[in-house]
Amino acid sequence: MMLSRTAETVYWLARYMERMDYVARLLEVGLRMASMSADSGLTEWESAIIAAGVQRAFGNKYGVPTPDTVVDYLARDTDNPSSILSCLNTARSNARAVRTALTTDMWEAINVAWLEARTLGDEDFRVDRLPATLDWVKRASLLFNGAYTNTMLRSDAYWFTRLGTYVERADNTARIMDVKYHVLLPGHEQVGGLVDYHQWTAILRSVSALRAYHWVYDGRVQPWRVAELLIIRPEMPRSLRSCYDQIITYLDELGHHYAGRQGECHRLAGELHARLKYGRVDAIFRHGLHEFLTEYIDQTTKVGDEISALYFA
Amino acid sequence: MTGSDGPCRAPYAMIESWLRDTPPDLMEAKRRNAEVLFRRIGITFAVYTEGGDPERLIPFDIIPRVLDSGEWQYLSRGLEQRVKALNAFLRDVYGEREILRAGKIPAELVLHNSMFTPEMQDLAVPGGVFTHVCGIDLVRVGPEDFYVLEDNCRTPSGVSYMLENRAVMMRLFPDLFNRNVIRPVSHYPDELMDALQSVSPPNCEGEPTVAVLTPGAFNSAYFEHSYLADEMGVELVEGPDLVVDDAIVYMRTTEGLKRVDVLYRRVDDDFLDPLTFRPDSMLGVPGIMHAYRAGNITLANAVGAGIADDKAVYMYVPEFVRFYLGEEPILKNVPTWDCRHKDQLSYVLDHLDELVVKEVHGSGGYGMLVGPKASREERETYRQILLARPEDHIAQPTLALSTCPTFVDGGIAPRHVDLRPFVLMGKEIRIVPGGLTRVALREGSLVVNSSQGGGTKDTWVVGTDDPAPGEGARA
Repeated sequence: MMLSRTAETVYWLARYMERMDYVARLLEVGLRMASMSADSGLTEWESAIIAAGVQRAFGNKYGVPTPDTVVDYLARDTDNPSSILSCLNTARSNARAVRTALTTDMWEAINVAWLEARTLGDEDFRVDRLPATLDWVKRASLLFNGAYTNTMLRSDAYWFTRLGTYVERADNTARIMDVKYHVLLPGHEQVGGLVDYHQWTAILRSVSALRAYHWVYDGRVQPWRVAELLIIRPEMPRSLRSCYDQIITYLDELGHHYAGRQGECHRLAGELHARLKYGRVDAIFRHGLHEFLTEYIDQTTKVGDEISALYFA
Repeated sequence: MTGSDGPCRAPYAMIESWLRDTPPDLMEAKRRNAEVLFRRIGITFAVYTEGGDPERLIPFDIIPRVLDSGEWQYLSRGLEQRVKALNAFLRDVYGEREILRAGKIPAELVLHNSMFTPEMQDLAVPGGVFTHVCGIDLVRVGPEDFYVLEDNCRTPSGVSYMLENRAVMMRLFPDLFNRNVIRPVSHYPDELMDALQSVSPPNCEGEPTVAVLTPGAFNSAYFEHSYLADEMGVELVEGPDLVVDDAIVYMRTTEGLKRVDVLYRRVDDDFLDPLTFRPDSMLGVPGIMHAYRAGNITLANAVGAGIADDKAVYMYVPEFVRFYLGEEPILKNVPTWDCRHKDQLSYVLDHLDELVVKEVHGSGGYGMLVGPKASREERETYRQILLARPEDHIAQPTLALSTCPTFVDGGIAPRHVDLRPFVLMGKEIRIVPGGLTRVALREGSLVVNSSQGGGTKDTWVVGTDDPAPGEGARA
């Protein structure tokens, strides 16, 4: 048993810490793709804005994206609720609001990151220093995940935290793959060519999966294999399938713990999980990767809404 | 540590040798270390009416304030006596009003006081306890000479600083704790939990469910609310988390509604129930007073307790001790002039340069005049305020407060201190040996409030003598 407000706050706390990590990874993809691109790399930056789901707000503020405005907007603009610094601020104020539900190590992981973020200056967001700053963001997120995994009591607060992490990650992995859809290959390049190869490689790197790819598959990076790895492979920790394995596990834990009380979120997550478990990547490509991802992102949003309706109302 | 500027008192011998034997650069490193620890733990204090860093740290001084066990025994006897009398007064004024009929305190001072809460008339509070948690502010002017500066019977804060100051000191200076017998304070949350559970409402069946009610994360004492809930292992709730149905208080949980029996509430009376008090309150719980009256919830501290710590009522507390307990007060009141009386007002006006003048309902050191430190213009301004609203003011002499060695820019120097021990009242009274020592960091300053540039120190009760009355036999 826990307060609905507390459960909701830890759930969103975990989501924001995960989102912060995701936005850092998006910026890394942007940096890598842009550095490989023949022209100014504008498409790559635009696709980062789309993948972050903030194109409308960004457009209203800046119009056409430039590398500087995209980095600024995604990394530290407090007008953007999903910027790295906004995520950290929100996570920290959530943590402050439910200190009693957190372990000391969790709180310190967030609070120390927040204190360190306050020392960041303009120079830390310049392109030459940005990779180091993004590394710091990913470390902060890892530290938070490690802190709660290692120190939280296995009870409802932990399961809601876990749900937050994996619902967010399920959404994010889909979006980061969709970046590739929005990055059009230059006209003189061909699918499977050098630029295409580097773009897929950048996506693998961004989810720390390049080495995993080479362990699982022989040969060079192929689009459908990347999709298979990130969508239906259960052994890949950021794959959609893995995320739903976790979501199902923790929804079931909560159901048992609360004397069998279940809701629409259980049914919906079960349905998505089954599709990922029994689906095949060629069918996904036939259906259209972008269409598949879009639908999947919508369904994941619904799962989140139903979790709120059952537990946080 | 010294009465005025004399040699250190005996309990400080070990502090003296410690300060002598520790190299200054090590001490400096430890001080910086302390600040890092506090920031990490997240103990900060939001100060009203001040821009800048909203999560400012209260300065912490690493030199502890020391009391020996004899001093502590004397103090805890006095504290127990005083809190018993305050509680008896509250039961009486919201019941039979015998003290008013006996003429020991002017009836209009109580009944026409804005702190008096008619809604509490004849409400049978569980266990007859109004003052579950009291913070009694003391100052010392001589070896066995403590004065009560004020009683805090509503929602006194600061106990988390007492606990965290100790935790930080133990982390920084483990050897000091190995070499000396310093009585622990870390069981305070357990004692608080025991006290709260011991006065559960009559309609509660089984183990009472306790919760801490906070105004929310933007309250300056929020850290403390969450800290105490955490240490007691209970839910920290906000108004919207609670709902009253059929005169029973529930909290909204992931499993539906769950009944609450005892609420340690850190929300002021005015905001507690929009149906009874301020209708614009967003912090409270509509209908909770109805549940209170129906005997379905314990509120700690009780509603209306503010009449006991009102600055005008303060003058009569020694009279409460005599009237209700038939004893002579162990702790003294600071001599106080009540400006509502013409003769006392004219004395105050003639002696503005020696007196401290305070607003009766003020708190936190705002809006007071420290006569000896004030300029001629400041005194003149205050004189006009006094003449306009004499009934809102009291005056007290400036006391020769004790000092304690403290780190300042120029090294170690004496600074004035006060002490707020925390008295718990459930079925019985318990006081953990220690309290919050506040120190005025500005040279010569007597104002120790954290909102006015004061700092804090760890407070040690040393020695292994028998536990003082009311303290119990806990290790």
